[in-house]
This record gives sequence, structure tokens and C-alpha cells, in this order.
Amino acid sequence: MAEYIWLIPVFPAIGFLINGLFGRSFAKGLTAWVACLSVFCSFVVSALIFAQFLNLPAEARVFEMTAFDWIVSGDFSTKIGFRIDALSIIMCLVVTGVGSLIHIYSAGYMHEDPGFRRYFTYLNLFVFMMLILVTADNLLLMFVGWEGVGLCSYLLIGFWYEKDSAANAGKKAFIVNRIGDFGFLLGMFLLVSTLAAKGVWTLNYAELQANAHLIGPCLAIPITLLFFVGATGKSAQIPLYVWLPDAMEGPTPVSSLIHAATMVTAGVYMIARLNFFFVMAPTTMMVVTVIGLFTAFFAATMGCAQYDIKRVLAYSTVSQLGFMFVAVGVGAYAAGIFHLMTHAFFKGLLFLGAGSVMHAMSGELDMRKMGGLWKKIPITYGTFLVACLAIAGVPGLSGFFSKDEILWKAFSLDNGKFWYMAFGMLTAGITAFYMFRMFFNTFHGECRASEEVKHHIHESPKVMTIPLMILAVLSIVGGYVGVPHLLGGSNRIEQWLEPIFGAGHQPAAHVASWSFFNNAYASSGATAHGDEAATEMTLMAIAVLIGLLGIFVAWFFYIKNPEIPKRFVKRYNNFFTLVHNKYYVDEIYGFIFVKGLFGLGKLCKSFFDEKIIDGAINGVASLMGGVGSLIRRVQNGLVQGYAFAMIIGAIFVIYFIVRMIP
Amino acid sequence: MMLPDIPQNLYYILGAVLFTIGAVGVITRRNAIIVFMCVELMLNAVNLTFIASGNFLNSLDGVMFVFFIMAVAAGEAAVGLAIFVLIFRLKGTINIDDIHLLKG
Amino acid sequence: MIAVGFKWFIFSAMAIIAVGSSLMMVTRRNPIHSALWLIVAFCSLAGIYVLLNATFMALAQVMVYAGAIMMLVLFVIMLIHLESDLVEKAKRSFPKAIGAIITILLFVQVAAGIAAFQNVGKKGAITPEVMAAAGNAQVVGSMLYGKYAFAFEVASVLLLVGIVGAVVLAKRVRN
Repeated sequence: MAEYIWLIPVFPAIGFLINGLFGRSFAKGLTAWVACLSVFCSFVVSALIFAQFLNLPAEARVFEMTAFDWIVSGDFSTKIGFRIDALSIIMCLVVTGVGSLIHIYSAGYMHEDPGFRRYFTYLNLFVFMMLILVTADNLLLMFVGWEGVGLCSYLLIGFWYEKDSAANAGKKAFIVNRIGDFGFLLGMFLLVSTLAAKGVWTLNYAELQANAHLIGPCLAIPITLLFFVGATGKSAQIPLYVWLPDAMEGPTPVSSLIHAATMVTAGVYMIARLNFFFVMAPTTMMVVTVIGLFTAFFAATMGCAQYDIKRVLAYSTVSQLGFMFVAVGVGAYAAGIFHLMTHAFFKGLLFLGAGSVMHAMSGELDMRKMGGLWKKIPITYGTFLVACLAIAGVPGLSGFFSKDEILWKAFSLDNGKFWYMAFGMLTAGITAFYMFRMFFNTFHGECRASEEVKHHIHESPKVMTIPLMILAVLSIVGGYVGVPHLLGGSNRIEQWLEPIFGAGHQPAAHVASWSFFNNAYASSGATAHGDEAATEMTLMAIAVLIGLLGIFVAWFFYIKNPEIPKRFVKRYNNFFTLVHNKYYVDEIYGFIFVKGLFGLGKLCKSFFDEKIIDGAINGVASLMGGVGSLIRRVQNGLVQGYAFAMIIGAIFVIYFIVRMIP
Repeated sequence: MMLPDIPQNLYYILGAVLFTIGAVGVITRRNAIIVFMCVELMLNAVNLTFIASGNFLNSLDGVMFVFFIMAVAAGEAAVGLAIFVLIFRLKGTINIDDIHLLKG
Repeated sequence: MIAVGFKWFIFSAMAIIAVGSSLMMVTRRNPIHSALWLIVAFCSLAGIYVLLNATFMALAQVMVYAGAIMMLVLFVIMLIHLESDLVEKAKRSFPKAIGAIITILLFVQVAAGIAAFQNVGKKGAITPEVMAAAGNAQVVGSMLYGKYAFAFEVASVLLLVGIVGAVVLAKRVRN
């Protein structure tokens, strides 16, 4: 079955072509069917390949195929080739699975929109590009997908291009991503030139892995850092995260599919894919971890001060992506991919739920104008609650397993440090707080909406609620592929990814120094898993408690005593304004980069361009004109003058000829 | 005493003299038709060198050249003189100094 | 074979006539006179061609040049027929004098070249004896319709174009 891997990206491409070329003459229903079916077919193929892989030994779970040669230049050759292995099959399943659900949801959500067909065309193109990104077997083809999803992201953020804000958000996303892509490209160039100096011309992952040792440690750091710059652009990390909150201008399912579940995880996937380079550069790993941590923390604090549901979710996405980067930064790639997967489920669900709420509230997004919706839209409410519990890390749901895995790994691995984990726990607590702040404000308390909106509130149609329910189920059970050994599981996902990331690491030596709990457990004989188990158990308990504390604080502030936050805002007005305005990062960027570049541009225009370049060109032109007006006098139209000139020429020619005669 | 055969350089000198006379005429005369005739004279001077060279090399190629030069000269005469007639109609003169249609 | 002395005589006579009549042609003010002097020069050149074993070309010279082309010139002179305009005023022009002097420099150069010139070309197969045996016109004709047939056809097309062009150009436009 694995030899049919090329079908995975081809199906959405077919859907894109059919809808794009003939969509005008289709009924809306047919368009939706074509789009959903194409993605679903990809999902079926992925699932079949997955089933086949399950029956194979771990080493055999890799398949590469070459469709055809793409660029052949001297020793360098790049192929349009696909590779499916333990990592990319997970990505394929997530992209096609969540993608199918969101396509189905979109059919209901976008039903009244005049751009219905355009929407599905772009969405199919996006899935096609994303699948190219995850199934490519070399960096260049991956970059094609990388750029392609960026393009679709731009098109879909600016989907309602009549609105200035949407058009500007699209432009912003595109430009900020471009900066990251530039880093990716430079990294690729540096990689190729470094390897070429050693006589290896390739971009294929397998060959890169085989030749990774040729790159010295001093060059591994810039290469991986450049790739990480690419990842920060696509995956919205500091300093390039600013586009993601604005990307919420697009239709909600787009935010769900592209800006929560799939595209923004491309950076994590890329780093996981290139793990063999990153392990060679500990400095880069540290940078990745620290950036991830700070992104997670800052985005979480910003999420606490937003009133717009989708913006809260956007900051939450940035924050969760930060967690994934912490995971890949400390070398726990499997944990990062695990969190990527569970995050795709519950964050996709949260966005779809937000869309459902919008649908009920006639497009209202401000949580100050909501409240008490739980009776009127029960299905949305239930699924939303599941997702919020999952993201808050309540035990038993998917988010708990994956987040806890990351926190533990951030502490216990060789690259791990205690403060990584502590900071992560703090962030997790803030996450729980702001998610439930949104949740309570939206679904509980008094309804603060206007009368006509109130009158209109209704549950979404089945085509929207069924994907919600499926995703809710996934958000609950998705974590059970990675139950840690501690809780009696076997951490299947880590085993599954072993062929790619190497065997699971044992806790580092520094963990043992923390095992002051052990004596307490030693008597009870609970140290079956070694000394670290006690530490792990304790930390897990602390993390859960912090999460629950965050939920409790949210409940206390927004249900029990709604005055407290208002007082708080009054009292610390400056601080709140600072956070609410996202620490003025946009303004700072605007001042430094945009204004600075405009100023530089104006300077260049007024001085360099107009004076020097135009001066040179106009000078050349007037010189030519002057010379021409001089020479023109020679062309006086008198034939004899021309004949005379010929004769003078003949005199010279004959003079030379005569001189040549011996 | 036995006279030597006529040296070929003499023919060439004669050609050069005629050519120069024609060239001076082209440079100095103002009447377009006389200028045209001077051009014909220059052509003939060249023809003479061709035939002389061909004769001294025992080859007919010089004669062939002259044949085609004559054909071209005939065509040139027809078209050139027609152009003079036209210019005369247009300008009322064929004085070369008064005709500068090509002035840049 | 003509005797060498007679050759010298003929050559000198023809050369003097040619140069003299050319000078007359260049110096006459009246173009009709110029044309007539030019005819004389062409005929004397035809004589020199005979000396050079090119009897066919000599005839062609007389017929085509002296006959056809110069008649055409005379016709045009008479057609234009503006005596006052055609007869140039004797105007001294300083630049033209300079031009004439420089042109004579050209002659000096060419003469120097000729003086230094050695004809080292490879002799061909068509000796005067061969020509005399076959007849000059036949040798020329066989070459013209053999080796040079294509060029000959092209020349015929060229002449046709010349005729058509002349007619089109000189046709009086009625409006």
C-alpha cells in the first residue's frame, strides 16, 4: 500500500483542479462534496498505509519513491520524491483527518458565503500543499509545500478581501512569513554548499542523515539556527509571531485548519524531521527551547487580556506551539510530535467551537457580549468544555498526557533544566486560567447580548456539530497513544517514532539529585520504575494541581466574584492596557521596521535614486543628446560630403594595404 | 631595338587616373547628372583594371565581373535617372548643393 | 597577333584620348557636352579592351555604355531641360577645392601601391591562344551560361526590377 503514497497529495490536487476549473458550473453541494471527498480519500490512503505499517517491523516502516527528476545540474540532483515513515504518516493522518472534519464543517459554516467555491478551492490547494510538505523526501520539495501553504494562508486570511483589515492581515502574514522563509532558504543554501564542499550533493533526508557527520559542529549551529528562523516564521514564535493573531481575520474554519491544527505546526515538523542536524548543535537546541518557553509564556499572558474569542485562541495557539518547541528543543522530539497531534485535535475543536458560537451569535466575537449560552447550544458547549479541559491538562484527556510528557522531558533529559519545567508549569497554569476565563465568560453567567441577537441564538446544523463531536472524542482518547510508563502505559507514540528519533532517553543524572521524595516511596515499594519515578509522579501531581488551580481562579474571578477582575483592571490600568495591547509589539515593530524601512526607502528615493541613479541616467541621456546634436551636423544631407568621407576612408584603407605590401 | 610588351602597371595607372578624375568630378561638380556620369567613369576605370588583371592572369573572371558591373550600372542608370527626374519635379532643381533631403 | 609597336601606339593614343576626354567631361559646364565627352572616353576604353584580348567586352562597352546608358543620360538631360539651371555658375568653393586636392592624394596612394605591386597570381587556363582558337564571344558565352549562369539570371531579374522601378518612379502622377 505504501507505494501509493503519491496518491495522498494527488487527491486534494484533483479536488483543487476540479473546483478551480469547473466550480462555476457546479451546485454548491457538489463543490462541497468534491472538496470533502478528495481530502477524505487522502485520509483513507493514509489510514491504509498506517495499517500496513502496523504489521511491519519497526525498521521496515519507511518507504521512499521517486516520481521523477526535478532539477538536475551537474552533480546536484533533486527529485520529486515522496517518503512515508513513522513521522510523516502521523502528520498525514492528522492533516487529512482533521482536514476532512474541517472541510465537512466548512460546508455548513460557509454555506451562505458568496465565495463558497473559491473557499473550497483554496482549502483543497492548502491541503495539497501541506501534504506535499509532510510527504516530501527532500528539503527542496518540502520548501515547495512550505511556500504553498504560506500562499494559501495568505489567500484564506484575506478571503474577505473587501475588508481592509482582512487584506492587511493577509499581507502581514505573508510578509512576516517571508522573513522566516528567507531564513529557511539561507539555511538550505548553507547546508548544500557545506556538504558540496565535502563532495556530497543532496537534499534528500535519508542521504542528509547519512552524511550529517560531514558538517562540523561550528557550521551545524548557523545552519540549524537559520532553519529555526524559518520555523519561527511559519510556527509563529518570537520574534515572528505577530502575524498569527491577525490571521483570525479569515473564516473560522481556516483559523482552525491552518492556523491551529496543521500549517503552524510545520516548523515543529521540520525540526523533528531534521533532528539529526539539531542534535549536533546544542546551542541551537538551547535557543529553540528558550524561545519556545518565552513564546509560550508571553502569548499566554497576552491571552489573559483579550476579549475576542478567536484572539484568545490565537494566543493560545502561539503558546502551545511554544510548548512544542520546548519539546523539540530539549530533544524530546516524540513528545513534541505527540503534543502536535493532540493540540491539532483540541485546538481545531476549540476554533470550530468558536465558529459555532459565532454562528449562534450572528457573528459576534466579543466575550463581553456573551454569557449563559450553555443552555441554548448544548453540543457546542459540551465539546468546547472537553477541549478546554484537554488544553488545561486535566488528567484523563489528551492534553494532559502530551503536556506532561513535555514538562517531564524538559526537566529530565540531558539538555533539560529545572527552570524550563517550572516556567512551563507556570505557563500551563496561565493557560488553564485564560481558557476557562473565556469559557465561563462565553457559556456561563448572565447573557449580555442584545435582544435581537438573543432571540436568534440557536444550535448549529448537524454538518457542523458532528465534526465537533468527532474531534471531542479524539481530544479525549488522543492522549492514550502516549500514556507514560509511570501510569502503566507503554508510551506507544515514542516507540512508534523510535526509528526516526532514536530510542527513548533515560532520565539524566541531574534528575537523581531531585529524588528526595524517594525515601518516602521507598518504604511503600513504589520505586519499581527506578529512582526517578517518584520525582516524576510528584511533578505530575504538581502540574495537575497548577492546572486545576488556574481553572479554579478563573471560576472564582468570573463566576463567583465578577467584580474582582473589574477592580483589578481599574487598579492596574496601565499594566492591563499594556498586556491588552499585546505589549505594543506590533507598534514597536511598526516603528522600528516598517517606519524605519519607509524612512530608509524615502532617503534612498530622494537622495540615492533621484540624485545618483536618475542623475546618472539623465546625465547619460543628455550626454548622448549633446553628442548627437554635435554629430548631427555631419549629416548635412549633402551627398558630396558623404562621398568625400568615403574617399578619406578609402585613403586610410589603401594606406594600410600599401604598407602591407612587402 | 625591341620594345617590351606593355607592362600591366601602365593599365592600372591609367585606371587610377580615370578613377581619380571621376572622383574629383564627384566631389566638385554641382550638377547631379554630371556627378552621375563621373560615377560611371569611376566604374569604367575599375572595369579597366578588372579586364587588365584578367588578361594578365589568363582568366575570364575579370570579364565576367565587368559584365555584371555593366548590368548593375544599367539598372543604376535607369533608377538613378528616374530619381533625378522626380527630384527635379519636387524641387525644381538638380543642383546637389540645394538638395539635402537626408539632412539630420 | 598585333605587333608590339602598334600596340604601344594604340595604347598611348587611347589612353591619352580617354584621359583627355574624361577631363573635358569633368570640366564642361554644359551637361550635354559632358555626356558627349564621356561617350568619347568610353569608346577609347573599348579600344584598350581590344588590346587586352577582350573583344566581346569592347563591343559590349560600346553598345551598352556608350550606346544605351549615355543615351539615357542625354534623354534625361533633355527631359529636365532647364538650361539656366543645368549650366552651373562657375562658383569657387573652398571646401570643394580641398576635397579635390585630397582626392588627388588618393591617386598618389594608389599609384604608390601600383608601383609596389607584383602580380603573383596563378595563371589561368584561358590563354590568348585558346581564345583565338575558340572565338572570344564563344568562350565568354560558355562561361557566362555555365559557371556564372545563376549570377546571370540574378542580373536579369535586377534589370527587370530596374526597369519597373524606373517606370514607377518617373511616371507622372495625375491628381
